[in-house]
Amino acid sequence: MSIRERLSGNEAIAVAMRQINPDVVAAFPITPSTEIPQYFSQFVANGQVQTEFVAVESEHSAMSACIGAQAAGARTMTATSANGLALMWEMLYIASAMKLPITLSCVNRALSGPLNIHNDHGDSMGARDSGWIQLYSETNQEAYDNLLQAIRIAEHKDVQLPVMVCQDGFITSHAVENIELLEDDKVKGFVGEYKPEHYLLNHKEPIAVGPLDLPVHCFEHKREQAQSIINSKKVILEVAKEFEKLTGRKYEYFEKYNLDDAEIAIVIINSSAGTAKTVVDKLRDNNIKAGLLKIRMFRPFPADEIAEALKNVKALAVMDKAESYSAVGGPVGAEVKSALYGKADGIKVLNYIYGLGGRDVRTDDIEEVYNSLMDTVKTDKIGETYRYVGVRG
Amino acid sequence: MAYNLKQVMNKPDRLTGGHRMCAGCGAPVTVRTVLRALKPEDHAVCCSATGCLEVSTFLYPYTAWKDSFIHTAFECAGATMSGVEAAYTALRRKGRMDESYKFVAFGGDGGTYDIGLQSLSGAMERGHDMVYVCYDNEAYMNTGIQRSSGTPRYADTTTSPKGTEMPGKMQYKKDLTGVMAAHRIPYVAQTTLTSNFKDLYEKAEKAIYTKGPAFMNVLSPCPRGWRYNTPDLMEICKLAVDTCIWPLYEVEDGKWKLNYKPKKKLPVTEYLEPQGRFKHLFTDENKNLINNIQEDIDRKWLELLKKCGEDN
Repeated sequence: MSIRERLSGNEAIAVAMRQINPDVVAAFPITPSTEIPQYFSQFVANGQVQTEFVAVESEHSAMSACIGAQAAGARTMTATSANGLALMWEMLYIASAMKLPITLSCVNRALSGPLNIHNDHGDSMGARDSGWIQLYSETNQEAYDNLLQAIRIAEHKDVQLPVMVCQDGFITSHAVENIELLEDDKVKGFVGEYKPEHYLLNHKEPIAVGPLDLPVHCFEHKREQAQSIINSKKVILEVAKEFEKLTGRKYEYFEKYNLDDAEIAIVIINSSAGTAKTVVDKLRDNNIKAGLLKIRMFRPFPADEIAEALKNVKALAVMDKAESYSAVGGPVGAEVKSALYGKADGIKVLNYIYGLGGRDVRTDDIEEVYNSLMDTVKTDKIGETYRYVGVRG
Repeated sequence: MAYNLKQVMNKPDRLTGGHRMCAGCGAPVTVRTVLRALKPEDHAVCCSATGCLEVSTFLYPYTAWKDSFIHTAFECAGATMSGVEAAYTALRRKGRMDESYKFVAFGGDGGTYDIGLQSLSGAMERGHDMVYVCYDNEAYMNTGIQRSSGTPRYADTTTSPKGTEMPGKMQYKKDLTGVMAAHRIPYVAQTTLTSNFKDLYEKAEKAIYTKGPAFMNVLSPCPRGWRYNTPDLMEICKLAVDTCIWPLYEVEDGKWKLNYKPKKKLPVTEYLEPQGRFKHLFTDENKNLINNIQEDIDRKWLELLKKCGEDN
């Protein structure tokens, strides 16, 4: 029997970490992810975990310590947000290049400047090319479930890559919702023990990691790293299937909501998907064929599967809670348009920037987007595709 | 047991030959001597900040390190080693390993005095059982001799070049050993390569086998950046000590101890003159600059004597 609880997203992550009982956690406080190391250090203080908690002096050191610990042979976790993730930047790339299965809970927050502690996806979208697998979560339940699966995905022998589990700051991280937790022993059984093949603290086989890698070898190493993330696609589904058997909760690369017969649809990530589903329901009540695709796995990017899922849509809006300052749209927009090219041509694609710096995203905003899609279909005219919604002026 | 150079030299080298450090460089001598202080039965994980040492000892697919070794980036040898040590603590607590390991991190002055200072400070403050060794060659040598906060005043470097208006670096050298002593960690030492390596070896042994964090600042000359005659490495180190530019001392549990007092304190010119980086000071018009250096060194030496209770 699973355990019914009421937890915030941060609590859900901390509980998952307690159940995983990792060897090392190195973290630094930053709103809105601070509560995660805070709750976790209480578990350490109470002896509920046997983890070595390293209260580092910065996020750069957090990721550096995670790399050292994971390379040494320890299952290692951390959590951060926004500027904290940005300060880790250099080390994120080193962690993935070293093929270290570290897991990071990213509580999405707007990246400075200006300074803003509220939610958007500017932080993790900026880290999208750092070689980390990225899973996104609509709810506290998904954040919890994704983190448990992340351990298995990261440590799989064909993957061996770090995984970032993202959820929306405050909206998900601080709002208390119902959640179903697994029993501690079931989590323990599911994640298993970390048994690295090569690690620093193996006295039978001392190893050296982090070499100077010159052009004669470096390119091959980059190619091998790319293969690992290619391999992760299969593993992510396998782990999801196993998780479904255990919990009854189904996970794929993305969630389709009323999408199969949809004429208009939006692509969205994280908590705003919940808001958008309400709008879809309302539109469906009015016999409007509206649908939604919520991306769970952004890295690797499920391009073929997304093209297949969207191929019958007439007009599409890709929602970006991050700017990329390309003057043509956001990062999710670029990926989705690129996925459709040559595979699902002819779809009219709008790209909306929404909710930056924690601007509230209301059902009215989402309705406005669907209305634009309906207009696009009706008039067969698309106009400017790079749009903002919910912004003044 | 009394120090015996021959016995010490018979201990196995833990940094093999064949690495690509320059002839006459102090850094590999520092590393080999420090690692010899490990008991042969003890395992170790070594770490290096990005720098000459790292790029010359670990070029894929070759490593000169016989022990496990990790390099991540320039500014985070302290934090990286914190993680390794934390893993060791956790795995032992969980009963997953019982071998004994020691942890030794190395960084140049750039990676320690400057970009890695925060990471080092954090690691020391948190009390990880590790040793951090700064091989101080007084500039960013790996990138081509740029000034650091470890570069001494008036040294000619590529970013503090001597010119018609400025005689090299305008600022004094940061007192990093003092900064680390102010962390009140169990053991802090300043040393260099002296004739029989006794001072460096014994301090390394103490640093490694003192429980908790330890820091060693080891003056490790660079023939390219300092422009001395390559075979004169040991002579340069000796002059640094005998002019009191680089005194040998240690701070154990807050107690300052001078390890060597020159019988005859030599003028700083003896140390400066053989080095190309100070050549521009030896003109009539720059004589006052040498006086400035001498006055600064004299003042600091007196301060140190006071701290060590040797001022009577």
